[in-house]
This record gives sequence, structure tokens and C-alpha cells, in this order.
Amino acid sequence: MLYFIIQRMLQSVLVMLVVAAISFALFSYVGDPIEAMTGEDDPIELKQQLRASLGLDQPIPIQFARFVGNAVQGDFGVSYRARQPVMQLIAERFPATMELVFVASLIALFVGIPAGIYTALRRDSPVSYALQTGSLIGISMPTFLTGILLILVFSVWLKVLPSFGRGETVDIGWWSTGFLTVSGLKSLILPSITLGLFSTTLIMRLVRTEMLEVMRTDYIKFARARGLRDRSINFRHAFKNTLVPVVTITGMQVGSLIAFAIITETVFQWPGLGLLFIQAVGNVDIPVMAAYLVLTALMFVVINLAVDILYFFIDPRLRADRAVASGATT
Amino acid sequence: MRIGLLSLIGASLLAMPLTATAKDFTWAFQGDVQEMDPQARRETFTTSVINNIMEGLVRYDQNLRIEPALATSWELPEPKRWRFHLREGVTFHNGNPFTADDVIVTYERGSSPDSFFRGGLANITGMEKVDDYTVDVTTDVPYPLLLNDLTNMLIFDREWLEEHDALNPVNPAKGEDGYTMRHAMGTGPFKLVEYRRDDRTVFEVNEDWWDNANKVHNLTHVVFRPISSDATRVAALLSGELDLMFPAPLQDIDRINATPGYKVIESPELRTLMMGFEMGDDELHNSNIKGKNPLKGLKVREAIMQAIDIDLIVDKVMRGHAIPASVIMPKALNGYDDRLDGRLLPYDPAAAKAKLAEAGYPDGFSMGMDCPNDRYVNDEEVCVAIVAMLARVGIEAKLTAQTRANHFPKVQAGESDFWMLGWAASTTVDAHNFLNSIMVTPDGVKGAYNPGNYSNARVDELEPLIAQETDPKKRADMIYEAFKIHKEEIGHLPLHTQTNVWAVRDGIEVVQPANGVLPLMYVHIDD
Repeated sequence: MLYFIIQRMLQSVLVMLVVAAISFALFSYVGDPIEAMTGEDDPIELKQQLRASLGLDQPIPIQFARFVGNAVQGDFGVSYRARQPVMQLIAERFPATMELVFVASLIALFVGIPAGIYTALRRDSPVSYALQTGSLIGISMPTFLTGILLILVFSVWLKVLPSFGRGETVDIGWWSTGFLTVSGLKSLILPSITLGLFSTTLIMRLVRTEMLEVMRTDYIKFARARGLRDRSINFRHAFKNTLVPVVTITGMQVGSLIAFAIITETVFQWPGLGLLFIQAVGNVDIPVMAAYLVLTALMFVVINLAVDILYFFIDPRLRADRAVASGATT
Repeated sequence: MRIGLLSLIGASLLAMPLTATAKDFTWAFQGDVQEMDPQARRETFTTSVINNIMEGLVRYDQNLRIEPALATSWELPEPKRWRFHLREGVTFHNGNPFTADDVIVTYERGSSPDSFFRGGLANITGMEKVDDYTVDVTTDVPYPLLLNDLTNMLIFDREWLEEHDALNPVNPAKGEDGYTMRHAMGTGPFKLVEYRRDDRTVFEVNEDWWDNANKVHNLTHVVFRPISSDATRVAALLSGELDLMFPAPLQDIDRINATPGYKVIESPELRTLMMGFEMGDDELHNSNIKGKNPLKGLKVREAIMQAIDIDLIVDKVMRGHAIPASVIMPKALNGYDDRLDGRLLPYDPAAAKAKLAEAGYPDGFSMGMDCPNDRYVNDEEVCVAIVAMLARVGIEAKLTAQTRANHFPKVQAGESDFWMLGWAASTTVDAHNFLNSIMVTPDGVKGAYNPGNYSNARVDELEPLIAQETDPKKRADMIYEAFKIHKEEIGHLPLHTQTNVWAVRDGIEVVQPANGVLPLMYVHIDD
């Protein structure tokens, strides 16, 4: 197990290096950061001085080497736009995105799983048909459209929920939370539904398919033959065995929620990492873009690792297999 | 960030007794206040927001005319020496008195070699304290635009800078995180309460403002929210979360006007769009004509002008929210002369074709064309319309529309044949900025934004004279002469002047200065 984790960690370093290299190769197409940093009628000589002092006049491979050298020491440089250390900026925005992703994941799990189980067990009820149709819409509608529609209905027409922003936040140490104020909680509703909708429908459809699959297996039939109660069959025997793919997909979904948050955060002006990244692109803020991409890669690697570890607890067969395999090699 | 919690508690404590007189005002713009340090860069919007907190020696009134602010009066004892008499009894928000020392320290900070602001003070050679309330400013040449430059030099409190170790300007290359980037201290009508980037900036009225006796505004608490998405900004206004927002997206104007309680207000702004021509090189970069440059010929430029139907562009692409330009400077700019009214040549594709034939291109020619797609209102759409209009007279313009961060470096490197440029001269609000930046022959310092090498000896001769002429009448005549030459030679092809399109709820009275900013001191809430 420890060997497995270390191996994964080493792989993740490689993944991050590759991501950093690709992003650096792309940066030369994003444009000239100096243009974004200076006024349109600033003297050309000032622009050149700035270019030299930022090292932007050097070849891309040298810029990349310098970035990696600093990044391994945890230093991602200073944002061109905010003129503040990148890590500090990311730390400031991190809570906003994490709270949004957290609520969106809760919605995905607590709506998606029950809906999936229900539609699998009561396939022909009208509610199931409605859920199935609804999930099709949810899975095919682009995020920005969902967001705008929700804003139109709940902010412009009904005027019950705020259309943008985080509301009032309370600072606990460096973590700013929207969970402790009424406006903060109200502000979370529309963006988290927008962000979580796709995952909710995905998880629902996945649980449904897996449940249908499992319900057809012999051991369920035998369990029924034994006269076990429906409740026990459905949840103890059937549902538990659908969990491996569900956990995998949920894990991957948390990663993509963080990545997809870019669109939701732009629509709702949510001051999180996604908005930070989009604005960094607009301003050619290379240090912020690089740090965001590398850290997102890290996040995916860590989530994957966590999912793999979870398997050990959910699926006893894996534990046995590994034990046999490691026993055989030593 | 501790301010956040404190202000929250503060706001809830104060909310009760204040409700009778409290005038809360919330407004949104598509971009954010980049930082709180007015000397960190020269950006119109950021400076304009900080200007509510900090003030200069002089300021613009609502018609962009200079009026006294922290200086009460000034005179010119010598052509290159200005003497400013400072306002007495003014205090900063922290209670410190405003004196000549604050002016000197602000100038020294802004003009130091590390400063990003020094371009705005380039003509000033020194500032000296005469006594606590008198300051002498010397310039390198007799310089009529000194007051315009000084509107942007917002005065810091010296003690406050010292206290926070901020006497040196913030230099991003050195990896500094200056205190002044997120805090502000000034003498202005509003105090900074909270600043969260990409989220909000909160202001509170300064009850001790020196100009409170004449104030127009009646605000007590102001919140600025950046909202980059057009659709969300409109929704936030119509849901009642905002009192005012800009820019109003052109496609939503009818919808806002149709909603009871909201309206769109509009006024001409400074930014004027134009097309630049490659006129220096002997061959275009991306053309089927080799060995010569068709754009060097006046007949060809006239043909291009007559091929473009600017009224149609303004009407259809800009949906009527722009004004066709007669010259490349806007009418609201200091130096505009009514004799410049009217476009040089009317839209006439037949005449355009005839002129192309006369110039030796009966079958037209092809050339490269460059436009930004995220800089001006409907910039790419305007260019697409121009491509279609040029095609009708036989000119094939090969359009590259890209983000401004790629567009402007390409144009500046002199690699474009025909490109879009918008210029506002918003730092000085004076015609000389156009001459100095885009109309004179590039010599390494001047003409820095004239990569197409438009060149006229008389314009080059007039520019330094205009720069130093302190007699307004003589100066205006010379500006007229230079712009008339440039107009007749079609040095650049003027397109249109943009308008400020703002959306407000009923009961809010504001002024819309031509430089496109919102001075809070002119906002009045009726109900």
C-alpha cells in the first residue's frame, strides 16, 4: 500500500512537469503580457524596461526552467496583474471555489444517488420517467445556459436569490466562508445547482444502470428466494455492489467540478479560482495561469489517488488480490 | 481581510439608526479596480475609482474642464515655473493635515525610475516646497498641459506612506506586495472600507470632506461590484441588486428600456476608432501586389474611405450607439475645432472603383487586415463589415481578428497592412496626445504609436510648437492646421466615436463625462 502511494506520488510529479511544459508552450500564443500591464500611451522605453526586468525577453526554455526551479520551492512568482504573490492569490480564492464545489458535490450525491436508485427500482412510475427526461436535459444543457436561466427565473423574475457574487463572507483565519451568513448561503444556491447539475444527472444515470445490472444477477435472485426483505436486498446487497464505479466517477467529478467551475464562476461572478484563471488569461498573467494549471493537475492526481485508496475499503476482493500479488512477488 | 468581519459587524450596528437618511448606491462595471495604488499603472478606470478616495491638485469637472481641487490657485512666474497655492485646513481620512510635503512625496514617488507612473509626469523636471502651502513645479519646456497631467497625480499622505513602508513605488518585477496595492488613504469625498479583488470595493462617505458645502452627491455608503459577464450584469440590474451598471451590452438596450423602472443613458465618449495604413514600407506584408505599396497612394486611401459606409456600420453594427467621426479626434476633446466637422469624402463605391482604376489597380488588390476582438465595442463585427464593403470595390482584406494581447504587439511591430486602433487621449484629454503618439513621424520617442509611418513635415513641425504654446488661441489654430492636413491626407481613416452606454434604475441622477468614468461626487439618489 505504501509502495503504491509512493509510486503514485512519483507519477504525479511527472504529470505536473508535463502539464507545466505544455502550458508554457501555449503561453507564447496567449499574447504579450506587457501590453496588458501598461497603459496604451505609456512610453515604449518603459515597456522594454519592464519586459527585461520580468525576464520576458529570454527564450521560452529558459523561462520554463526558471519557473520549474522556483515552483519546486513552492514559489510560483508574482502575479502580473495583482502584483501579489501567486500562492497568496490562490489561497485567497481557494475557499470560494471549494465551498462551491463542496455544495455542488453534496447536491450531486444526495440527489443523484437516491434518484438513481428510485428510477432503477420503480422503472415504470411516472416520476421515473420525469426524472429520466429531466436528467437528459441536465446532461445536455451547457453550464452557462443553465446559469443564465436560473438567474432569469430566480433573480430577475422572482427576485428571491442574488444573481451574482458570494454575499457577505466571514473570515475564519485565512479561510473566508459564506456558510455563516444568510446572504452567503443564498448566494450559494444558484451557482452550486448550476455547477452540480451535470454531475447529479451523471451519477443518477450511472447508479440506475449499475443497479439494473446488479438486480439481474443470481445472488439477488437467491436473496429474494431466501425471503429477505426488499429493503435489505436493495440496499445491503444491490446498492453496495454498485458503489465501486460510482465512487470512481464521483471522484473524477469532484476534479471536473473544480475545473468546470471556471464557467459557473464567470457567469455568477464568483470570486474563486476559475474567475482568477479566466481573468489571468485575459490579462496574459502567465504566473497565475501556470500555477493554476499545475495545481489543477496536482488536484486530479491526488483525487485519483484518494479514489484508489477508497477501493480498498469498499471492495474486499481488491484487498485480497493485492495481498496475493504482493505475497507472490516477495 | 479582517476588515470584512469588522465592517459586517459595523454595518449591522449602524444599519438601524441610519436607515432614515442612508443612501446606498451599488454599481457595476465589466472590469475591476486593478489595485488601490494610483501610481501602479496608468489605467483610466482604476484611476477614476481611486479618484473618489484620493484627489489631485486639480480635477476635471463634469465637462472635463480643469477646476481647483487641493490647489486653490496657481500662476506662472516664469514660462517654465508654475506656483501652486494649496488648500488649507484639508485633512486626510486618518486625520493628518494635507501640506506641501504630501505633494512633494507623491511627485517623488511617482517620478522615481522604478515607477510605472513616471510616463504621466515626464514633462515635470522638479517640485519644490516653498512653504507649507505653496509648491513650485518646473517643466522642461513651457508646457500648457501641466494641469491635465496633474489631475492624475493623486496625493498620498506622507506619514501614511512612511508608516507602511511604501515610499517607493510598487514594482511587480521585484516581487513586492505593497501595502498601497490594497489600501488607500486620501482626502477625497469617500473613504475606502473594504477592497476584495474580483468581488467588491466598499466606500463610505467622508463627512469631513473639504468640498462638502458644494457637494452634489448625497451618498452615504457605496459598493462597487465587478461583473464581467454581460448577461449577468444586465440580470443583476433588473433584479434590483444594482443601481447602475456599465457598459450596457448593445443587444440588451431595448430590453432594459422596456423594463419599467430602468433606462439606458448615453453620451459621447472620447475613444475614437480608426484604421491605420502601412505607409512606410515599400511593399505590404500580405498583399498580391509586389514591389510597391498601394496604400502609399492618396487615391487608394480615398478609394478605401469611399468604399466604407460608416453610417451603415454605426446604424447596424453599432446599433446606433456611436457617432461617425470626421477626424481621428473626438469632438469632446480639448482642441477640437468645428471647422473639422464632416467626413472628407462621402460613401460612394462607384467613385471608389474609379479611383482604384486611376491609381493603377482596376482589379483591386489584396492586403492583410488586423483587428482586436476584445478591446472596443463590437470591434470584430465592425471589421467584418469593412471586409465585406472593401470586397465590393475589389479590395480583398484578409482579416485577422484576435485578442488585444496579440493584436497590439503585432501592429506595434509594424507587421500589419491595415489595422484597427482606438485612441482616447484620456490621460490628458487634449489633442496634442494624438499628434504626439500617432500622427508625427516616429523618431524613437515621439510617434510611438504610428507604426504605419504616416509622415508629414508640417505636422512634425507643428507638434512641438503646440506642445509649448501657452496662448490658447494660437495653440488651437495650430491644432486645427495639423488635423486638417492629416484629414485631407487620410493619414488614418476615421471610423466612429463610441458612446458611453450606461443602464440605471429610475431615481438615480448621474453625469456621464466623456472619459467614460463615473465620479461618485456627481451621483444623486432622489427617492
